[in-house]
Formats: sequence, structure tokens, C-alpha cells
Amino acid sequence: MKITGEEIERVALLARLHLTGDEKARLTEELDSILGYMDKLNQLDTAQVEPFSHALEAANAFRRDRVTNKPDAEALLANAPDRDATFFKVPKIIE
Amino acid sequence: MNLAELTLHEAAAQLRKREFTAVELTESVYQRIAETDERVHAYLTLARESALKEARRADERLKKEGADAHDLLGIPIALKDNFLTKDLRTTCASKILGDFLPPYEATAAAKLRAAGAVIVGKANLDEFAMGSSCENSAFFPTRNPWDLERIPGGSSGGSAAAVAADQCIAALGTDTGGSIRQPAACCGVVGLKPTYGRVSRYGIIAFASSMDQVGPITKNVRDAAILLEAIAGHDPADSTSIERPVPSYTEALTGNLRGLRIGHSAEFFVDGMQQEVALAVNDAMLKMESNGAIIDHTMLPHTEFAVAVYYIVATAEASSNLARYDGMRFGHRAAANDLAQTYMMSRAEGFGAEVKRRIMLGTYVLSAGYYDAYYLKAQRVRTLIKRDFDEAFRHCDVIVTPTAPTTAFKVGEKKRDPLQMYLSDIYTISANLAGLPAISLPCGFDDQGMPIGLQIIGKPFDEETVLRVAHAYEQTTEWHSRKAKLESKN
Repeated sequence: MKITGEEIERVALLARLHLTGDEKARLTEELDSILGYMDKLNQLDTAQVEPFSHALEAANAFRRDRVTNKPDAEALLANAPDRDATFFKVPKIIE
Repeated sequence: MNLAELTLHEAAAQLRKREFTAVELTESVYQRIAETDERVHAYLTLARESALKEARRADERLKKEGADAHDLLGIPIALKDNFLTKDLRTTCASKILGDFLPPYEATAAAKLRAAGAVIVGKANLDEFAMGSSCENSAFFPTRNPWDLERIPGGSSGGSAAAVAADQCIAALGTDTGGSIRQPAACCGVVGLKPTYGRVSRYGIIAFASSMDQVGPITKNVRDAAILLEAIAGHDPADSTSIERPVPSYTEALTGNLRGLRIGHSAEFFVDGMQQEVALAVNDAMLKMESNGAIIDHTMLPHTEFAVAVYYIVATAEASSNLARYDGMRFGHRAAANDLAQTYMMSRAEGFGAEVKRRIMLGTYVLSAGYYDAYYLKAQRVRTLIKRDFDEAFRHCDVIVTPTAPTTAFKVGEKKRDPLQMYLSDIYTISANLAGLPAISLPCGFDDQGMPIGLQIIGKPFDEETVLRVAHAYEQTTEWHSRKAKLESKN
């Protein structure tokens, strides 16, 4: 086995994803098979190979830190699941 | 002839000559959608009202600009529903976005609008562009216009099906692992993924940021060249877009293959591929050779590792990109007792099975204890894949391969086996891993009457040669002029 049910629970917590019992069982099986397939990468000796970082040799893109858009709180709040005047309303963060 | 059946360059020429109006062309497209989309299901959202307004404005401009008018002026175009469109619902085919109304517009969409294109609507996709069949849409699967029992490919399946069914004149898609080229192949149309950095990704809902790229899906190669020219170029809002002049891609369409070196790699002809696909691709190469190209056998020895690399790198990036969907500032929020439960339940209710699978896989390969074994290992092998191409392009101008190992499969056929589904991307993902431009165009039909796709991969920023080879081949065939019948084959 590449991955256990306990590991699936640990990863789901990291990903902030609630999973049902059925989903956990199915994902354990599916990820096990997919990770098994990934093992083929171990056929290659890559000790001397640099990890890939960018498709093209792009230099860092600097720009001025300048506001280019007009402030429009209403447009940004329009999609909020919950709001209070000009604030996003969210569940209590501090106990 | 129905106006909606026209290609982009035909429609543009006739609009300029005032043979019909942009409003008539747009009406013809909506008429076609009304007649066919109950069978195809290509669109998630139609923008009829704003489209007709844009068409009227285009007619005004056409009167003034006449022969100088831009090719896209008044042309009805479909956008994949992962392009943010200001004030037009954008779902990414996910329930987690609900009826999201973007407060800003994707650069590629804004460029189309500035040129005068008419945005028809938002096309279906696999949720968050994750899939090869369009079956992962949270709303409904799109069907293949060549056989309604088959998948249109994915993830830009709605865009490709809409082009094949004449429900638009052309479309834009995105391609992270083949999501423009594989559906183009499945639907018998042309799909081009440009070089990474050629087109701005600003306003594209992010999946795997080191590979996502915007590109055209069209009825022929010339149309792809026109559309690419309109959307390419540097954008200060996308720091990975490259500052490089945009050439006239239509000028590259010389019809001449003389002296071009075309790489053929045995690594792309694997076990399990459909015999007719291999034959059609070999025939296409013979045809190119008889038109003056030189076929050169080349080695891409790490091709067999590309699927494994891709599904580590792409899921890792996706798990990070999709962390923003937490139900706080936009999208679906579950009713739960505390903050942690709200996050967990909002994401559980909002994401579909494939998205959850990829978030889990991506989180796992990045997690402490596994990062070196999976993510870092994959990035090292990705370097080897890139080097293979660098080496091959020392003596080849382009590399020709099949686009997909089989023609479009039946709806439901691979849904239960994610690994088999992933393997249908086997020929397309190398170009994403290496950041290269690649096109798919029709090169034949199998005995079921399903289209076969030919892939041409080019050097970085050499879309011109890719388009030139594709166009020259297209000139010698009739495949692109066949039309889908929108029926079930059996």
C-alpha cells in the first residue's frame, strides 16, 4: 500500500476538505493506484538533474507598486456569501 | 448556406463587403444554438442581449471602417467558462462559484471585445478545467457533435463542440495538459496551445499556473492564426507573459513545406493506441514529405514519464490555487458551527469528485515527508523532458505526433477509472511541461466516422512554423470541411 486511510484523513485536514466515509475509502484506493503509477519515476536517476523552475528563462518582472484600478468595494462585495455594510461577514475567528 | 457555418476569415471578408450584417450573423448563431444545443449542451450561459448590442455596435464600426476593419469585428465567439467576463456569470463548471459575477475581465476576452468581437456565451468544461471528457462539469456533460453518445474531449469540450456544431464562428479555450488540443481532435476542429507566456493568463481561473495557457479553437488553421494574433502579447497584469513582438501569423501561412524538417518520434506510438490513429498520422507525414518536407527520426526518450510528472506537478499547483475557495469572500458557503467546519463543509459541498481527488493528490505530494519523493522528483524529470525537446529541436523545425491515442470514447467509458482517463492526455502534456506551442488539426476519420487529430509541436515562440506546417497540410486535405451531423451513431 502506498497510502493508508489515516494518511487520507491527515491530507484531507491539510486540504480543509470534509470527506464522507465512502469518499475516504474510494480515495484511498484511487490514490494508491495513481501513486503506484507515479513510482515509474524512480526508474530514473535524477541525482544530478536540477529541478525545473520555469519553462523559459524569464527574468523577474518588476513593476511600480501603483494603484491602477478605481476602488469599487461594492463590486467586490457583490459576490460575498454574507456581508454587513461594507464588510465581509465571516464566522467567529477568535474564541 | 447558414451564416453560422462560415469560417472566421470567410465571415470577416463578407462582413467587410456588407454582404450581411454582424447582427444577422449573430442571429444566425443563436438560431443554430436554439436548434442544436438541446442535443450538444455546449453552453453554460448565453449572452444574447449583450451580444446583439455588441453586434449592432460592430455594424456601426463596419460602416465607418469598411475595408480597414479588424478581422474580428462583428465575429461571434464563444469563451470557455473559466475566462472572467465582467458582469457575465462565470462558473468554471463548479458549484463552488455559484452565480459568480466577475468584477473584472480576462485580458484575452478584453482584447477580443476591443477588436469588436461578439461574445456569444460561456462554454462548458470539466470543473476547474480538470478532465479529458467534459463529464466532470458540475452542471451537465457536453456531447460530441459527431456522435452524441461520445464525449467531446476536455477540458475545453464545450468550446470545441460549439465550433464543430457551428454554434459560434470560433472559440477560446485554455490548455494545461491538452485541454484545447484533445477536444479539438475529438470534435474534428483546430486547436492551438501557444507558448507559455505568449498569451496573458490574467483573469483566467487558475488551475496549474506553470502550464495554463489560453488559445484558439477554430474551424481551420487560418482562423487560429487570426485569433492568436488578436490575443497574443505582453500584459503587465500577468508577470509570466513575455515582452516580445507579436508577428503577423497569417503571413506565416505560405503553403510551402519545402526544406522543413519534421521530427517523427517512435516514443509517441505506444501500445494501446488505436491502429487507425497511427495510420492516419503516418499518412499525414507521408503527405508532408511528398510536399517537400524532410522527415527526421528523433528521440524523446522521457516521453513515457510525462503523465506521471504532469499529474504530480499539476495537482500540486491546483491544490495551492484552489485553497482560495474557502466560502468567505465569494462563492458557496456551507452552514456550519465554526470557522474550521465552514471551510471543510463549503469545500466538500462545492467541489466535485475529480477536483477533490486532485486537491488530495496535490496536497499529498507537497506534504511533509513526501515532497522530495514526488514533487521534487517530478520537477527533476520535467527538466529531462524539456532537455529532450531542446535536443530534438537542434535538428527539427517541428515534431509531429497523434493528438490523442484514440478517437472520442463513449460517455461513461472511462469515468470509473481516473488513471485510464489521465492516460488519454499522454501525447499532449509534454508540450505543457516544456512550455511549447502545439496545434491539433484533423487528419482523418476512423471506421466509426470519428475525427482523428494530428499534433504539431514547435519551438518556443515559433507559432509561425507550427501554423505554417498545419496550414500547408490542411491545404492538401478535405478533412476540415466535413461537418458533424449531430446524431447518435448507434
